[in-house]
Amino acid sequence: MIFIGLGYGCKGGAATAALASDAAKRVYVAPGEKDEVYAFLSGGFSGQMSVYGIPSARLFKIIPVFSVFPENGYGYDEETKNMLRTTHGYVPWDDSHHIEASMTDGKQDGRWLFLNANNTPRLARIDLKSFETKEIIEIPNSAGNHASPFATENTEYLMAATRFSVPIPQASVPIENFSKGDFKGTVSMVKVDPKSGRLSIELQILVPGFDYDLSHCGKGKSHDWCFFTSYNSEQAYKMIEVGASKNDKDYILAFNWVRAKQCLDQGKASNFGGEYYRNYLPENQPVISEKLSGVKMLQPKDCPGVMYYMPTPKSPHGTDVDPTGEYIVGGGKLATVIPVHSFSKLMDVKDKPEHRSGMIMDIPVLKYESTLAGEVKKPCLGPLHTEFDGKGYAYTSCFVSSEVVKWELGTWEVVQHLPAYYSVGHLSIVGGSSKDPYGKYLIALNKITKDRYLPVGMELPQSAQLYDISGGKAELLSDFPTVGEPHYSQMIPAKLLMDKAAKIYPLEENKHPYAIKNEKDARVVREGNTVRVYMTQIRSHFKPDTIEVRSGDTVFFHVTNLEQDFDIPHGFAVGGAPEMPNLLIMPGQTRTFKWKAPKPGIYPFYCTDFCSALHQEMQQYIRVLP
Amino acid sequence: MQELLLKKISKMNRLLILGVGLLLISVYFLPIWHISLAAPQYPEGLGMKIWIDKITGSSTYDLQNINLLNHYIGMHEIVSESVPELLFMPYVLGFLIFGAFVTFLLPRVYLIVLGILNIVILGILGMYDFWRWEYNYGHNLNPDAPIVVPGMAYQPPLLGCKEMLNITACSFPSWGGIILFATLGILVFILWNEKRRMDVSK
Repeated sequence: MIFIGLGYGCKGGAATAALASDAAKRVYVAPGEKDEVYAFLSGGFSGQMSVYGIPSARLFKIIPVFSVFPENGYGYDEETKNMLRTTHGYVPWDDSHHIEASMTDGKQDGRWLFLNANNTPRLARIDLKSFETKEIIEIPNSAGNHASPFATENTEYLMAATRFSVPIPQASVPIENFSKGDFKGTVSMVKVDPKSGRLSIELQILVPGFDYDLSHCGKGKSHDWCFFTSYNSEQAYKMIEVGASKNDKDYILAFNWVRAKQCLDQGKASNFGGEYYRNYLPENQPVISEKLSGVKMLQPKDCPGVMYYMPTPKSPHGTDVDPTGEYIVGGGKLATVIPVHSFSKLMDVKDKPEHRSGMIMDIPVLKYESTLAGEVKKPCLGPLHTEFDGKGYAYTSCFVSSEVVKWELGTWEVVQHLPAYYSVGHLSIVGGSSKDPYGKYLIALNKITKDRYLPVGMELPQSAQLYDISGGKAELLSDFPTVGEPHYSQMIPAKLLMDKAAKIYPLEENKHPYAIKNEKDARVVREGNTVRVYMTQIRSHFKPDTIEVRSGDTVFFHVTNLEQDFDIPHGFAVGGAPEMPNLLIMPGQTRTFKWKAPKPGIYPFYCTDFCSALHQEMQQYIRVLP
Repeated sequence: MQELLLKKISKMNRLLILGVGLLLISVYFLPIWHISLAAPQYPEGLGMKIWIDKITGSSTYDLQNINLLNHYIGMHEIVSESVPELLFMPYVLGFLIFGAFVTFLLPRVYLIVLGILNIVILGILGMYDFWRWEYNYGHNLNPDAPIVVPGMAYQPPLLGCKEMLNITACSFPSWGGIILFATLGILVFILWNEKRRMDVSK
């Protein structure tokens, strides 16, 4: 099999692709010009999200989501630290894999992005006006929130399935009981409020103890359905790389979420345990963090028709639904074919006994051939993920042979091999997972760079590669190193977002309990050993500017930036403050710097964000008295 | 001359006067003057508008941001409350409108002449007053200001554009001002038209 693969796939090597002579022009965005597309790249193990412009590949911003961010105090200050609160305590890091863009009628609507936390199961909502994380919800009864957050066609729900099956509810059982059915997985339906975007866990479904890997939801005719890949149907628990690779077929789980909701409404789900936090950051107020308890849990046996297993070759990884909603493409990471299931066939056969080969935990297992639309034969080695250009072609990333293959839906013929440098995981087309791909750019998100850039020690950057797919043949335009691991991406046309981006927080709408809106209200208030400094910032001074506290006092600097001018945040940092790094306070915003007054002395504080000609003068002193 | 002044205005011109009176009402709702500031760090521009009774920024926070820039050079804060003329300007405009309606009811050429004189005198006084305010803002600077450039004044131009440090300030009439100028033009036209008609009838 390796040789077959090498024969037509693995041409990457150290060779540099011959760039079309005009490629540089096509990625060049002249000074002052704007990029055509926003690319949001998840940060992988950095727990963050980065924002690039495409085609220039310029980095615009890093949005902290699940990881603390000393640059602006996210996760440290009194306002945002509770965003990272979980039932395990304060977890200031995570492993963030999948970005999903909110959709209306299957098309990107530019309201929110969603991101999963794989390690400590969580799900975040990022607002696309402020480009800030506004909500994080913990997923209970889950271990490894990998198949998440994949949205239904109108963002009615986000799906979140467990990667690691565990005893649910948690229990210390012998690990060998995994194969005896003591370990289970869950699929969670997280409801998204259509107006506010607020998240809530509406329902969980208990599923067999496999590893649920990825998901995508249907569109159009398959609107009611979401599809989850699973591996380790062997339920191996030792040397899983061998044990979980034995079965010729694992499964894509077809899940009818509309039916699940129906069963919930009919009272077929039961109360189940599970504690979780929901942390919400209202506009210009501190995080509202609430601990919630219990979910509604549905058993597949109590809700016939809710789930079916579609056998799919060799440990499928990605599952992707084409823009018409008809084809469900599996990425059989150890398979020699790319299997494509037909939604229409699934509908035809799902309830006919002759098309079933068995049941797992009351979930019917269909026959492979019964739902198969076709197979892309010998496409490459290690096919993982597929995106669509809306013109009848699919692009599949191949990890092992480091390439992207372009193939045609319907004929299942490979039409082009595009080398990737190297080991591509996800790939992304602008709008490529929606019903309406914009279809011009494709980026491949690579794990390894080796000889691509100047070496920088042992840890090399990961990279993304940009292709133009607008013509008949896809062309490599550029590649660029990225922040963190560029795990997955959503690319959104700039015109959908740029005019909606917020410029300031209107001061009159600031509802922060410690905000002051006028320099005249600046003051220092002592409450026992706690000192509250109601402070304002405006170019180029603080009020109050000199402060006296006593050693051992807990000092809260409630700092309001009085500016109402675009691009004029102010910073706030205190010399030697051990627990709190910098704060960046947006125009009209109030944030709180907590400081334990140390031994007596004089401590400077200053603005860290270059704000004006007199920025360097924006500094003052705190005297700490004995 | 006397014959012309006492002459009754033609029906057409009488309606024109009524139109002027009505048009002048719109000046209550339109900015009279506009000063715009362009600086490298303000690619979207900054501006302020002078209305019959107030001074505002061109957009919500422009005035605040202009004042923030001005504080570096020690300029007084620009706020409507500090300009008492804005309190009686609406009445002056009311007087002009009243004059137009009186002329409509008592259509004699001397009232047109009176109107022209009124607008010219008020215009000159107004422009002088505006200049005086600009002069005071630009020259009476706080000696303790962070930025003091010897010999530098920051008086914006009365009409046209001027470079001040890194800022280009432009000052032009806005819709209200244009209407006031147009009013003057219409009155002069009526006067000319009445004289011509008198000459022709002779």
